[in-house]
Amino acid sequence: MKVTVHVTRRSDIADPQGGAVAAALRDLGFAEVAAVRVNRRIDLEVHGTDPEVLEQRVTEMCERLLANPVMEDYQVVVTG
Amino acid sequence: MRVAVPVFPGTNCEHDTVHALRGVGAEAELVWHRETDLSGCEGVVLPGGFAHGDYLRPGAIARFSPVMAEVKRLAAEGKPVLGICNGFQILCEAGLLPGVLLQNRDLRFICRPVRLVVVSTSSMITRALQPGTVLTLPLNSYEGNYTAEVEEFARMEAAGQVVLRYCDERGRPTRASNPNGSQGNAAAVANSSGNVAGVMPHPERASERVLGSADGRRLLESFVASRARV
Repeated sequence: MKVTVHVTRRSDIADPQGGAVAAALRDLGFAEVAAVRVNRRIDLEVHGTDPEVLEQRVTEMCERLLANPVMEDYQVVVTG
Repeated sequence: MRVAVPVFPGTNCEHDTVHALRGVGAEAELVWHRETDLSGCEGVVLPGGFAHGDYLRPGAIARFSPVMAEVKRLAAEGKPVLGICNGFQILCEAGLLPGVLLQNRDLRFICRPVRLVVVSTSSMITRALQPGTVLTLPLNSYEGNYTAEVEEFARMEAAGQVVLRYCDERGRPTRASNPNGSQGNAAAVANSSGNVAGVMPHPERASERVLGSADGRRLLESFVASRARV
């Protein structure tokens, strides 16, 4: 099955990369850009059929390796 | 003092680190990251580089290398464990030090000498130094921006766990002298017992006068001398 993990920098942690992208977009004339956050998406292919079990296992992967809770949040989406 | 210097795929400061440690009297030896037995070692220095390519996050994969179980054991036994640059990032990811190292404030790789002031002698790398001493060491990193939870950082400062700060020529930790945006100008931090420390600039690259500065030697001497105290 396919699982997508979205790893996002916590909102209280500065994202200088997002800030640089926002400034560049405004320079290009996209004056409506208020803020940008650059995040990470990880796609996994996982053996198994039970979405609940998968979500639990992938959540464990996030806790142990895929995200660092000191600076990041994560969201697990089983996409089928 | 026998000191293990673990080498991960992508580590690149291991020979300088071994050389500098030998220069201050340690019996330093390289160990591959798959090593599972560091018995007989009285300390560990995790060198700089790009362990496991810095993939995912710097230190995130190195943290699970087999040798890290032994590093954790030695740390728990009170033995001195120092992480330099990428080694600092690994110690944070491994949970042996609080906080995390984010990308530099200005998103530029920084490679230049920086001034540091000793603010606390409660860690094994600063125990032999006087507070207020100003050192010059080379900084060489992209992810050097030290960040911890605000409350946790306040606790660390109160407990003397922020041991070196980036500073100006008079030893003042000003905003202008903060090269990478680190919280409180923190350049080196320690755990609450002081036996585990991480330093972002490179003491091993400033350990002989011919290198432009021998200030780093003082931190390594303090590390080696700490064995007698633990």
